[in-house]
Amino acid sequence: MSVLVYADSNNGTLTKNAFEAASYGAQIAQANGTNAVAVVVGSASGLEDLGNYGIAKVLHLSDASLDNFDPQKITGIIAAAAQQEGASTIIFSHDFSGKSVAPRLSAKLDAGMVTGAVALPNGNVIKKAVFSGKAFAEVEVNTDTKIIAVLPNSVDKVTTGGSASVEAFSCDIPSSGLTVKEIKKESTELSLTEADIVVSAGRGLKGPENWGMIEDLAKELGAATACSRPVADIGWRPHHEHVGQTGFAIRPNLYFAIGISGAIQHLAGVNGSKVIVVINTDAEAPFFKAADYGIVGDAFEVVPKLVEAVKKLKA
Amino acid sequence: MKILVCISKAPDTTAKIAFTDGDTKFDENGVQFIVNPYDEWYALVRGLELKEANGGSVTVINVGRADSDPVIRKALAIGADDAVRIDADTTDALYVAKQIANYAKENAYDMVLCGKETIDYNGSQVAGMIAELMNAPYVSLASKLDMNGNTATIERDIEGGVEVVETATPFVLSSAKGMAEARIPNMRGIMAARTKPLNVVAASEANNATTIKGFSLPPAKSGCKYVDADNVEELVNLLHNEAKAI
Ligand SMILES: Cc1cc2nc3c(=O)[nH]c(=O)nc-3n(C[C@H](O)[C@H](O)[C@H](O)COP(=O)(O)OP(=O)(O)OC[C@H]3O[C@@H](n4cnc5c(N)ncnc54)[C@H](O)[C@@H]3O)c2cc1C
Ligand SMILES: Nc1ncnc2c1ncn2[C@@H]1O[C@H](COP(=O)(O)O)[C@@H](O)[C@H]1O
Repeated sequence: MSVLVYADSNNGTLTKNAFEAASYGAQIAQANGTNAVAVVVGSASGLEDLGNYGIAKVLHLSDASLDNFDPQKITGIIAAAAQQEGASTIIFSHDFSGKSVAPRLSAKLDAGMVTGAVALPNGNVIKKAVFSGKAFAEVEVNTDTKIIAVLPNSVDKVTTGGSASVEAFSCDIPSSGLTVKEIKKESTELSLTEADIVVSAGRGLKGPENWGMIEDLAKELGAATACSRPVADIGWRPHHEHVGQTGFAIRPNLYFAIGISGAIQHLAGVNGSKVIVVINTDAEAPFFKAADYGIVGDAFEVVPKLVEAVKKLKA
Repeated sequence: MKILVCISKAPDTTAKIAFTDGDTKFDENGVQFIVNPYDEWYALVRGLELKEANGGSVTVINVGRADSDPVIRKALAIGADDAVRIDADTTDALYVAKQIANYAKENAYDMVLCGKETIDYNGSQVAGMIAELMNAPYVSLASKLDMNGNTATIERDIEGGVEVVETATPFVLSSAKGMAEARIPNMRGIMAARTKPLNVVAASEANNATTIKGFSLPPAKSGCKYVDADNVEELVNLLHNEAKAI
């Protein structure tokens, strides 16, 4: 009963989340004394690298007609691969692609599914994040086949130094009524949901003209920028930077909250960050309760100094 | 245009998260329940806008017990024409999806609109499952939906941008920010909601594919380490040497 991993690619390259899912699946396979097999759909290279995360074999269906992401087709392909490999556990990343495909597959295979997993399974029980990161639930899967979607940046990757064999895979591809018309990337900059470091600012910055220092800090750190909801609503910053309950949920290693009060709805989207730094003039700002490091001070004085200090460190 | 909007009942975003019965049940004591925000603000309102522009009807559907009725009435007050409640306890996404898909298949809707996730269990599951069970296209995390006859043009969030897709009816989508602007029900809507049909139907036979065994709270943060505003270099030092984050 092998473990199957869906490894998503973007523009022909495997994503960071694909490697996380691979490592998670390989650890389950190892614990059960079986192999982990990955499925890759569409043109992509560097697939042997999955071996470094414990994948034994990659099934690659490289038909160019599949280069446009199509959840209905991918669901059928994974189901065929699962049948060929006799896989009883199927792993996804709980990211944009995983959210499109994994639920379909669950219904297709009539398999119980847990999304947002934050730890390896304990038998049939999987720990997942609930209440927007404010709690965890232990969920038991009652079906023989189980589907797990791993919360990005929440399970450690284990490297093995191995290399995976890559096999061409073919199967009947289901028809689909979906046509991709266009892909619009917001910018060529670092994507917010994948960034290791995020520098975020709120209404405390007083106006859009003051974001220069935030961008400087982000640039020095190789970070993405984000903002609180009112800042996006008033139009100081673009909507795709809005994080929180209603915006994007992110889980970077390091999150800077500058001039953000720390309302519960904001925290809901960032409380999965590993390290949180808060800079706020108000020592009573609720964000300090969620912070690992804090500076009570004026952003207009602190941030430029911070930019200089980071420059010095990097030099 | 026949539109079905799936609404779930969720605790208010500011609700205190606590558990009872040996940490196996969410503590509802003092918690106010609302329509799950993505369902109300985005899926329902966009459904209403499409109906207003093209004619047709908007039905809201909920799988739940009678304690869902107040949030269903709220959706009717915002403007849905009628409501269906499938009478069942909801603990598993696949179970819920099967109930909704069975109903949707029998009643030939042009589209099924869901929210991107429930804010309590954060599944992002039900909508995609409904689509597979209906053998219909599914667009996740949609931020824009326009109809031209039977053709839908939909934008969905992807890593670092958006993808524009086209599909014919019937289809299923899950809604994220951008789809519509939230509406506040007016007095007339609230009055009208009292007499709009809320049909309670029996659940169809299905198993729960998952069971929640228990809950836990994350360990409290060990506390914030404060650095003096005049000593910013110390913060950089801590982030580099202690947290190893830069
Ligand atoms: C249903 C619902 C959903 C929501 N979803 C979201 C969401 O997804 N994301 C989100 O962010 N919000 C969301 N909100 C809004 C949220 O409740 C807060 O209103 C919002 O996060 C506040 O933004 P802010 O911290 O930037 O502004 P404020 O609350 O105005 O805080 C500004 C902060 O800046 C500090 N400050 C002022 N001057 C300075 C200075 N010179 N230097 C340093 N600090 C300074 C102040 O002390 C204050 O703490 C939601 C609200 C609701 C009701
Ligand atoms: N009990 C329910 N009744 C009706 N719709 C639901 C129910 N649970 C979930 N949904 C719909 O499915 C979406 C995704 O839910 P989930 O998969 O639980 O995150 C929600 O935003 C609703 O639109």
